[in-house]
Amino acid sequence: MKTPDLLELAARNLRESVLRNSLTTLGIGVGVASLVAMLSLGVGLQQLATRRLERTGLFDTVMVTRRDFGGFAARGRSAAAADNSRTLDENARREISSLPGVLEAVPDLRMMTQMRFDDKPHRAMVAAIPMSARDREAFENIQGSFFSSSSAAEAIVQKRFAEELLGRAPGMDETSNPGGPSPTLQPLLGKELVMYYAERVPAANLPNGKPGIPGTSSTPSRPSKATTAPAPANGTEAGADTMLSAFSVVPHTRSLRMVGIVADDPDTLRGLGRARVFIPLDFAQGLQIILPSDLRDGGGISDRSYTQLSVRVRNSRDVPRVEDSIHRMGFSAFSVLDASRNLQRFFTVLDLFLGIFGSLALAVASLGIVNTLVMAILERRREIGILKALGASDSDVKKLFFAEAGAMGIVGGMLGVTMGWMIGKVINAATNIYLHRQNLPSETFWSVPWWLVLGALGFSLAVSLVSGLYPAARAAKLDPVKALRYE
Amino acid sequence: MTATTLTESGTIRTREICRHYTMGTSIIRAVDGISFSVQGGEFIALLGSSGSGKSSLLNLIAGLDRPTAGDVQVDGRSLADLSSEELARYRRHSVGIVFQAFNLVPSMTVAENVELPLRLAETERRERTNRVRDALDRVGLSQRLAHRPGELSGGEQQRVALARALVNSPRILLADEPTGNLDSHTGMEIMDLIRDCNRRLGMTVLLVTHERALAEPHAGRLLFLADGKLVADRPNPPRPGESGEGQ
Repeated sequence: MKTPDLLELAARNLRESVLRNSLTTLGIGVGVASLVAMLSLGVGLQQLATRRLERTGLFDTVMVTRRDFGGFAARGRSAAAADNSRTLDENARREISSLPGVLEAVPDLRMMTQMRFDDKPHRAMVAAIPMSARDREAFENIQGSFFSSSSAAEAIVQKRFAEELLGRAPGMDETSNPGGPSPTLQPLLGKELVMYYAERVPAANLPNGKPGIPGTSSTPSRPSKATTAPAPANGTEAGADTMLSAFSVVPHTRSLRMVGIVADDPDTLRGLGRARVFIPLDFAQGLQIILPSDLRDGGGISDRSYTQLSVRVRNSRDVPRVEDSIHRMGFSAFSVLDASRNLQRFFTVLDLFLGIFGSLALAVASLGIVNTLVMAILERRREIGILKALGASDSDVKKLFFAEAGAMGIVGGMLGVTMGWMIGKVINAATNIYLHRQNLPSETFWSVPWWLVLGALGFSLAVSLVSGLYPAARAAKLDPVKALRYE
Repeated sequence: MTATTLTESGTIRTREICRHYTMGTSIIRAVDGISFSVQGGEFIALLGSSGSGKSSLLNLIAGLDRPTAGDVQVDGRSLADLSSEELARYRRHSVGIVFQAFNLVPSMTVAENVELPLRLAETERRERTNRVRDALDRVGLSQRLAHRPGELSGGEQQRVALARALVNSPRILLADEPTGNLDSHTGMEIMDLIRDCNRRLGMTVLLVTHERALAEPHAGRLLFLADGKLVADRPNPPRPGESGEGQ
């Protein structure tokens, strides 16, 4: 029999006992709904956790340092490693940026400096951050706004530093919004903060006395420490070459407009080195601030090097590959991906358990299919005999029962996916109402991806067909002579 | 009426055919070593009392049942050699069966019942409509296409069953007590239709009945069965005044 005829006959047979078949189909629907609801919760929680972790920047970031850098990545390395160490300069940054899967490679610009606010001095670690940091978790609950552009003379201050600027005791405002910014710090926004910094100027520029950076001003009021620093940091003799790469340190001040207040440093990998003031990256690079690496590596203004690069990759799956490529380029690379892998393992196990519990209802529903089809054989015994007498083969009869089981599975699957989706939506809405009452931000705990929809439909169809195996075989084996005698 | 033409197609030959059933410790010999031959286009009546083995023999020839021993050959092909799938194909294309109880599918309309063998034979949908109409025209029911069997009289239902048996143009028509559930007048009408199929379409007809009077006006040969055995095989010449009938 041709497939359209088979399906037409199956649909006709299902319509004949519409109530019983509808109830069986509803049973499958409930089974699939429980499976979809359970798995969508598991998937939703996994996505939520992954999203939060990704926003911390921990799992999609590779820290790059020189091989001979005495940091955590290369501590205790042999001298041999130092020999083939490459300088982490602008060329290296561009090279790393162009690696496949890399979103950006951002130099780590941070310095301890002095700030003045309201004519009072404050010491603070200043960090330059790229515009892409806007999506980081730390800036999620920013009070005020993020930088208007990457070259704006603006600052975002950390909450504790803001409290210090206003002369408040730390933690005074925590009762209203623990961990988050406080409305009482609002008056700081829009005010000016003066930053003191040391600019590195090539030695050749010194006689003019013009650093050549617009908007900056040297600080005549302060005792000038404009020391010419022919700093051949590697300790070689000052020859013609070293004179070319020499630079001087010129102190400057710069006014910054405070635009935002955040609770934490987005770079949570750092401990004591956490910054308290953030400035835009391009703006910071334009200032030519002297960095510790300048003193170590020497070099002129054109070939300055970085202490560390933060390399952001598109997907945490790419981290090992990117790390490998960076290693091959002659740098040290470090990431905390292992923690992410453990998380994935945990959620895989969680999904498995949720899936098993969800499938229990479907298993019960599959018994309903067996029952319905066995009943159908008894009721349609004579009809099966007629079909066989007219020339239906055993496989035709088998296919007919399979088609009926499959149709119940598909319709039940669609019904179940819809119900599961609605259950998930209701749970999500109810949870968010609760979170809202607790003054917590809304979250999405539930997700029904396409693979889950198609998987649930496929699973429902497979379970139905397996359930149809026994009834179909029994119907196919029916003796037509006995079936035709059946009253 | 014109005489039936004998053909090569539709020949049946049974050789020492047996169908035995085991019931507890006893063996029931429903068909017990029957041998006979039927030429294509013949009209044969299988006569005998209830339990004589007529229907069991018909089921064996129809390929609905397999013999315990012996063989049935249709057009020189042994049914015993056919697989279950091939036997189904044989039933689909070579034989049409009419039952005493009509055996129509009650949830289907007249047209759908007649169309069923065409669906099984995978006939194109467009061609099906014409063939269903032709078959119902032949039995005089082309106006009742959309009716369900429950809305028809017994005679009409048997006509539908006959149309269904004819729709795939089989070479052999097997009729198992086709008039058993009908009054005598309607029974005669059905018998006329079956006779018409034999004469006009050249179909071999095997009619199972216990009423000799019903078979005699139509059949060319009478086979008498008793206790599963063939006890007599007599030609049935046309009666005076019925010239042209029989062989």
